[in-house]
Amino acid sequence: MEKQVVISGFGGQGVMLAGELLAEAGKEENKHVTFLPSYGPEMRGGTAYCDVIVSDENIASPVISFPEAAIILNLPSLTKFEPLMKKGGIIILNKTIIPQNVSRKDIQACEIDALNMAKELGNEKVTNLILLGAYVELEKTVSVDTLKKALKLFLTGRKEKLIPINEQALDAGVKAAKAYSSR
Amino acid sequence: MKTLYKIPEAFTDRPTTYCPGCPHGIAHRLVSELLDEMDLTKKTVIVWPVGCSVFGYYFIGTDAVEAAHGRACAMATGIKRSHPESFVMTYQGDGDLASIGIAETVHAAARGERISVIYVNNGNYGMTGGQMAPTTLLGQVTTTSPYGREALANGFPLKVPEMLAAIDGPAYIARAALDSPKHIIQAKKFIKRAFTAQRKELGFSLVELISSCPTNWKMTPEEALKRIKNQVLPVFPIGELKVDEEVE
Amino acid sequence: MSEKILMKGAEALAESAIRAGCMAFFGYPITPQNETPEYFSRRMPQVGRVFLQAESEVAAINMVYGAACTGTRVITTSSSPGISLMQEGFSYIANSNVPCVVVNVMRGGPGLGDIAPAQGDYNQATKGGGNGDYHSIVIAPHTVQEAVDLMFDAFELADKYRIMVVMLVDGLMGQMMEPVEFREWVDVKKEAPDWATVGQGNRDHRNIITSLEILAEGLEKMNIALQKKYSEINQNEKRYEEYKMDDAEYGLTAFGTVARISKTVVDMARNKGIKLGLIRPVTVWPFPNEIYEKRREQVKSFFDVEMNEGQMLIDVRLAVEGKRPVFYYGRLGGVVPTAEEILGEIEKKIGGAK
Repeated sequence: MEKQVVISGFGGQGVMLAGELLAEAGKEENKHVTFLPSYGPEMRGGTAYCDVIVSDENIASPVISFPEAAIILNLPSLTKFEPLMKKGGIIILNKTIIPQNVSRKDIQACEIDALNMAKELGNEKVTNLILLGAYVELEKTVSVDTLKKALKLFLTGRKEKLIPINEQALDAGVKAAKAYSSR
Repeated sequence: MKTLYKIPEAFTDRPTTYCPGCPHGIAHRLVSELLDEMDLTKKTVIVWPVGCSVFGYYFIGTDAVEAAHGRACAMATGIKRSHPESFVMTYQGDGDLASIGIAETVHAAARGERISVIYVNNGNYGMTGGQMAPTTLLGQVTTTSPYGREALANGFPLKVPEMLAAIDGPAYIARAALDSPKHIIQAKKFIKRAFTAQRKELGFSLVELISSCPTNWKMTPEEALKRIKNQVLPVFPIGELKVDEEVE
Repeated sequence: MSEKILMKGAEALAESAIRAGCMAFFGYPITPQNETPEYFSRRMPQVGRVFLQAESEVAAINMVYGAACTGTRVITTSSSPGISLMQEGFSYIANSNVPCVVVNVMRGGPGLGDIAPAQGDYNQATKGGGNGDYHSIVIAPHTVQEAVDLMFDAFELADKYRIMVVMLVDGLMGQMMEPVEFREWVDVKKEAPDWATVGQGNRDHRNIITSLEILAEGLEKMNIALQKKYSEINQNEKRYEEYKMDDAEYGLTAFGTVARISKTVVDMARNKGIKLGLIRPVTVWPFPNEIYEKRREQVKSFFDVEMNEGQMLIDVRLAVEGKRPVFYYGRLGGVVPTAEEILGEIEKKIGGAK
């Protein structure tokens, strides 16, 4: 079993953190993982994205040319990745700030009002984890519990107090995905 | 009987290959005497340059490495940082140190590397046949300044000790001359202080030795020494430019 | 083996060097490899070792040269334009017979180029780059784990042959994260080796390390000794990996990141019924020509894929000796070829023939 996902958004939206967290969780579940960030000048304010692969087997190429799943946090990312999606793939979309719908009919679109949900939780910076929570609920790449365990490795020291709200964000994402699935 | 004169133990048996009247032999002797007197010979690694003294390790019998042109201070940094117990010095000419190697020199000084630099300035590229150096005097004829060095075209003579004395890293910076017995005795005193600065781990140390090049200056050795006194020293005045108080 | 740690390639390289007994790092910042010196700058003081940011790559490699002369395990890391500046030092190090490790995180060129992953420095690394007849051992890992393992081997090889070992990677491998396991820490000898220049001390001879020999006959002898060393390395140190070559009718070949992508290509091809396999040189100097000599009897043709204009292609063709066609596909300037496009090119060449 191999799961591939592209996570894409503005620099500062926590794209890399979400990707690293997913990779760490995959490692925790004794799977093979690769995390490949885009790098270069575009990381400063432009579109930043990362490719994460979680697999039961050795991973050959860490590059995802045609994603089967994508977590999309802003409009430029949708423009970039929608045409590249594999048929039958799924986009998990930060609906709050993306005024456009997914136009392709051969892929699924799970639209989540993630930024507003994050604001309700009290911190808009957890938008990324709401979407990540939704992704793992839909794709079962890793369990939400492992993600929560991995969170503790990333949020240490002064950031430790942010663990509960990030856990709530993951749960909120799972809930939103369940609502989407039962539609 | 009292020994009045002997060959330094740091010297090898090999006669030097420098031109007749070249002061490199004097500079080698001062360095070797001090390595003996300060009991440093067996601890020393000398980084030799590309220039007339490229074969210096034939004549001074310490462990030695041969640097690429201008890179002696960088190489000495690598040796000293990875083996701080060694006494590490470079021996460089003015083309090597002040032209192609000026960056390595300035930054070794700025870092306060615990190395000692003997910088022999004879105002031209001796080994390659007497081309203009950064230290060539205004008006001086060389094979690449056949009409005399002009400030407008070639800039001004570079005064390395004055530059380095303005940096915080060095513990000892001085300029001496090899044109007279009095100045040679003073030069030895300065070099000793430079070595002491390294031994006491005070920082970077450098002594410029104003030298002559009778062959390329097209002078007799005696005329060349007179030229140092009359023409070079007014531009490159001798003296100590920076002395950490603990050097004494 | 220790437990698996999820690490960025650039940082894993530094950590593995430290565990392999690297006592000193000298380098100069350049993208895309800055995470490596940054990691060294944090870790080296913690373990009582040397980190120094040099004033230039030129200075950095000469600091490495100096440290190598003391027999200290020493490393520098840089990226293509910086590596170009170091070529003078590489040549001196070669003819001085001192050991060191250099990592080149290759980026797009020529000139300032870009900072995207590329393989345009293959010729520079494997054929020289500096002046004179010399070689360095050049290794090209394709995963972060392999890079970590080869780092230990790099220091061993450098010491064994008193030679520079170059590790060729690219920005993609430097930036990506993978779980890695490190080998046990290497115990480093405190005393300098007999040949090192650290001051004569109680030795009965003094040591002089130089690449200079003014008499042609003398320099010829030094060259012959170097060549003897190189032929010994050629005999003993070639490494390669084969992936699904046993029944292959077509041989794909690539090194580094492209080789990793090529494994995906092989799997995709086999799903379509094309019997494709991969030959992946791990050492690109010495080049493992024998495996091509063996497989050329079996395959119909070879496909060489690189992120350059066919630099390894020449070595592959020399090994295949015209016995089979060797096709080339590459991307330039930092563009990473996708598995899909590589497979497409292969299918074009072999047509309907499966």
